Amino acid sequence: MSMFPKLPLDEWIEDVVDGLVNNLEPVFNVVTVCIESVVHGIADLFHWIPALVLILLFTALAYYLGKWKFALFTVLGLLLIDNLGYWDHTVDTLALVLTSALISIVIGVPLGIWCAQSDKVRSVLTPILDFMQTMPAFVYLIPAVTFFGLGVVPGVIASVIFAVPPTIRLTNLGIRQVPEDLVEAADAFGSTRNQKLFKLQIPLAMPSIMAGINQTIMLSLSMVVIAAMIGAQGIGADVYGAVTQIKTGQGFEGGLAIVVLAIVLDRMTQNIVKRKRRGSNV
Amino acid sequence: MAIIEVRQATKIFGPDPDSAIRLLDEGWSKERIYRERNHTVGVNNVSFTVEPGEIFVIMGLSGSGKSTLVRMLNRLIDPTRGTIAIHGRDIVKMNKESLLRVRREQISMVFQKFALFPHRTVAENVEYGLEVQGVAKAERRAKALEALRLVGLGDWANSLPSQLSGGMQQRVGLARALANDPDILLMDEAFSALDPLIRKEMQDELLELQVKMKKTIIFITHDLDEALRIGDRIALMKDGSVVQIGTPEEIMMNPANEYVERFVEDVDLSKVLTAASVMRRPETISLDRGPRVALQLMRESGISNLFVVDRGRKLIGVITADDASEAVRDGRSLEDIVIRDVPIVKPDLLLHQLFDICSTARLPVAVVDDNERIVGVIVRGAVLGALAGHPVQSESEMEEEVAVDVDVS
Repeated sequence: MSMFPKLPLDEWIEDVVDGLVNNLEPVFNVVTVCIESVVHGIADLFHWIPALVLILLFTALAYYLGKWKFALFTVLGLLLIDNLGYWDHTVDTLALVLTSALISIVIGVPLGIWCAQSDKVRSVLTPILDFMQTMPAFVYLIPAVTFFGLGVVPGVIASVIFAVPPTIRLTNLGIRQVPEDLVEAADAFGSTRNQKLFKLQIPLAMPSIMAGINQTIMLSLSMVVIAAMIGAQGIGADVYGAVTQIKTGQGFEGGLAIVVLAIVLDRMTQNIVKRKRRGSNV
Repeated sequence: MAIIEVRQATKIFGPDPDSAIRLLDEGWSKERIYRERNHTVGVNNVSFTVEPGEIFVIMGLSGSGKSTLVRMLNRLIDPTRGTIAIHGRDIVKMNKESLLRVRREQISMVFQKFALFPHRTVAENVEYGLEVQGVAKAERRAKALEALRLVGLGDWANSLPSQLSGGMQQRVGLARALANDPDILLMDEAFSALDPLIRKEMQDELLELQVKMKKTIIFITHDLDEALRIGDRIALMKDGSVVQIGTPEEIMMNPANEYVERFVEDVDLSKVLTAASVMRRPETISLDRGPRVALQLMRESGISNLFVVDRGRKLIGVITADDASEAVRDGRSLEDIVIRDVPIVKPDLLLHQLFDICSTARLPVAVVDDNERIVGVIVRGAVLGALAGHPVQSESEMEEEVAVDVDVS
């Protein structure tokens, strides 16, 4: 058909993956244990607290961060989830999302800062981030399963890969958008690079960084159902189960629970920034 | 000993400044280097010294390299070549630690757009320089409040910069620079963003403060009036080079070249504007009319004098309202009451030569052309207005109105 034989790209990738599995297995095991303990730690804590108490805690937090309308939505939404019988699975999902977000922040913010401080790093990282975001997320599941087995851990890993780019990008953007004359002023008064970073750039980039984290949380939530395909527990599994068995009602209930969770998490992270700004304007 | 000594400082922007500097040495012009090599010569071989306690103004239009030059003095911009000695130590060769110390202890900077940190209160802004030095909180707060009192903002310590007016924000900028107690203040167009009244006020205050503080101040401006007001010495920059350095008087009296001359000319409008640019349309009457007509014309235009002209608009003299009403009573003609000894000037006379004539003349000053025809009248208010920068009638308007006037008479 063609003058050139097909590039054996698939074989090369598999060779690389096999090589990694054979040589780095101890590393993967450590990572697995770490992630598992974080996810289960969060999940166990939330399971230990009675559902109603936890709902009240979330409502109080919503009221503290936003307005009473948001608090009302939170309490009604979460009570609905509990009523439909998805509370335990929602908590599992929340643990997965929070873990992914946590890992994304720990990786993404420093990378974003590095990116902002060096044009070279940015030019290397930008295409990689593009790749990570556009490659269909299912594809990450395959090596993730190979490396980390079935369960919640490969779900978290795939979520992080898919969800970390906004945090990196918006951290970089926020720092680069700090006005040039302010950076100059910080330099002129003899700031070291770290003083400049922590006293000027990060505080001013905070709204942008928080917007990135917000995006990251939303993206990892969108990975919940996909993660369920490789055995991650939570509402994702309910939705996935409903899809395979064509149970429209159950699928809708599960989907609704995810939507409620998404809205609550989204408004909470957005309001953290707004609240900060309000505080600094008084 | 000089506190700042700049020797042959050059800054070239571009990917390969070293090759561009060799071309500069070979005598290439700034334009040619930009056109053929795409490098920008920001500052070209500038040398000067500044004495302690001096206010040294660097002035030039935008793009003249003055902002680049001042940024080389604390190495916000690294010079491509040359030495910059502060207290006799070349900062160009300094390592990071020594440079940080110089920036923290010896040189402070005030910025055009204030560059206050929006997330910090006024006091936190002012104490920033001390904070990065690791001064204890109580001590730096005390020093910050002292600096704020010095600029008259003692009560605003806990406000945010955004709550302050532009003038107040720049006082905070000044306080921030003073809090470190530096020897040298770099002021980059520090008052340019303020409106003119506030700017004058700030200039006065800076001079007042300077009497007490005796800092060495490098002041960048594009405004010659500002330079003349506050500078002990002025360096004039053009295209990255210093064109002339001298006291304000030296620069005014002996401009080094045409460029400086043009600058200096602009200062004194009375040496630029001519009689033609401030004159008003003259009210005229021809000699063969009677005094009643003259009185009527004066009443109509609300003036107390009329210029008397012949058929060809040649100036004969002037009549006053008092004389005209007397003439009506006594039955005399205009011929009998015309005052022929009228102060006259040519249209191209400069304003400053006009002051003397205007101030002593009891009658209005007539502007006549080379054929002794009247083209305008000088009103004192219009002269003052022109000096204050108010627009005057344009030439074409003037001609139009003269033409109308001819038809009437």
